[in-house]
Amino acid sequence: MVIRTEALSKKYGKLTAVNSLNLHVEEGEVFGLLGPNGAGKTTLISMLCTILKPTSGKAWVNGFDIVRESSKVRKSIGIVFQQPSVDDLLTGRENLAMHNLLFGVQKSVRKERIDEVLSLVNLEKRADDLVNTYSGGMRRRLELARGIMHHPKILFLDEPTLGLDPQTREHIWEYIVNLAEKMSTTVMLTTHYMEEAEQLCDRIAIIDYGRIVALDSPQELKNKVAGDVVKIKQKNPDMEKIRNLDYVMKAEEKDGLLYLSIKDASKHLQDLLTHTGAIDFVEVRGGTLNDVFLYYTGREIREAEAEGGFWERVMKR
Amino acid sequence: MSEIMNELEGIYAVWLREVKIYMREKERLGSSVISPILWIFVVGSGIGSFANKIEGYPYQIFVYPGIAAMTVLFASMFYGVYIIWDRKLDFLKEVLVAPVSRASVFAGKMLGGATDAMVQAVFVLILSVFIKAPLTPLIIIEAFFMLFLISIAMVSVGLVIGANLKSPEGFSLVINFVTWPMFFFSGALFPLSTLSSGLKPLIIIDPLFYGVDALHGIILGINYFPIYIDVAVMLFFTVVAMGLGVLSFRRM
Repeated sequence: MVIRTEALSKKYGKLTAVNSLNLHVEEGEVFGLLGPNGAGKTTLISMLCTILKPTSGKAWVNGFDIVRESSKVRKSIGIVFQQPSVDDLLTGRENLAMHNLLFGVQKSVRKERIDEVLSLVNLEKRADDLVNTYSGGMRRRLELARGIMHHPKILFLDEPTLGLDPQTREHIWEYIVNLAEKMSTTVMLTTHYMEEAEQLCDRIAIIDYGRIVALDSPQELKNKVAGDVVKIKQKNPDMEKIRNLDYVMKAEEKDGLLYLSIKDASKHLQDLLTHTGAIDFVEVRGGTLNDVFLYYTGREIREAEAEGGFWERVMKR
Repeated sequence: MSEIMNELEGIYAVWLREVKIYMREKERLGSSVISPILWIFVVGSGIGSFANKIEGYPYQIFVYPGIAAMTVLFASMFYGVYIIWDRKLDFLKEVLVAPVSRASVFAGKMLGGATDAMVQAVFVLILSVFIKAPLTPLIIIEAFFMLFLISIAMVSVGLVIGANLKSPEGFSLVINFVTWPMFFFSGALFPLSTLSSGLKPLIIIDPLFYGVDALHGIILGINYFPIYIDVAVMLFFTVVAMGLGVLSFRRM
């Protein structure tokens, strides 16, 4: 177990940002914290990174107590922040060299580490340009490179693709997966993008109001509650009959269309259609994590305005 | 042992970043050479043209140590604003989450600011050639170290203010309020004897006064206190300012 929390809590006055959280993350996992803005993900990650002190409860990262052994924790982790924090007026290589010094990377391997991570994120050609000439995606890549360079046991990524266009986002995902595999690093990331959590994570904790409402692999989460969604167009459907089918979890009629949640559509669709009779149209899609979130919290994951990053939270206090 | 090494490398990393950025921002370098030139050649010779000799020195020479101190004072104090920008632009996060103590981060920043100020101090020392100030190599070395001490003290004050404020605008307000009185009461522009006795106590509590007094002693041979008292007071003030600086950085 590389991350463990016991009743970890953080309160800001009356507001409880993280509420008595218990969490275990195994070595080598890519673990996601999924939730809407303000759910407490960033606060949780900030505590694990020793940037914030918990109000109560305990946590261990790489076996070190986050309060009493914060310096050892910091040596074991890499962090990629929500807001870019690479230095604009330094070159990519200079940013990495500074990181080497700050994180006590041994002198003999410094140059080799820089080259290694630069090639992992494909920035070799731009390494000696000032960062203020980089695009948003390139900055992100440089930060990933920096986060992994001192070979941390755990890499924390706070909203790693926030504010990037979809194409760049997919590229960053590839880099993250690649890094996690090559360096065999445990990764903990926060996101409010469902696709991101689904693409990257072995396990996901869905977080709302500082609590874990569900925790499992993306597939299991979806299987457990969401099933598959079937949309049917039909005149005068027999709702009663459809609801009574044992694999139908939920059936609703809206705007002349029938929305069904069913278990394992690949197995039951044929049977379903024999019971409905003649239809005009059918569409099947897999359940999403949004459906899961909706199920547990009664709300959708809003892609609302960016949550105040943990830096704003820390600095504005 | 490796712990100490780690902290030293942390200090070096923060300092190196400051120096690189200082060298890259040409405006900063440019503006830092203009103001001493104006003070020495425009104000010094302008006032000097009608002022009497002071302690046997023409005004332009008398005011020279004060202008050296002033240059260092302003460069050092205003350096504190960069810590606010660093935080605003998030550059500082990386440093603050590193496994390096805040005391080291402070030390790196402080030395960075002092380097910045000392580049200007060296420039002012070079300017002395043009006004025929009585400088020997030994005096130059002594003056350099005194200016360095002033710079460390004032960078620390600037960083304390910067670390406790959130906006650059607020910083300029506070820093002007602190810097100008410190400068006027330091005895840099006029000899103490010309000041009304009601204002003299203010001089005694102005830390820069001791710095300027020491420079007057070193360069012109005229001083109010013996030099070891000047140095002792400056050292004490520096240690207090550095202590406050480390505390402020810990709270960041």
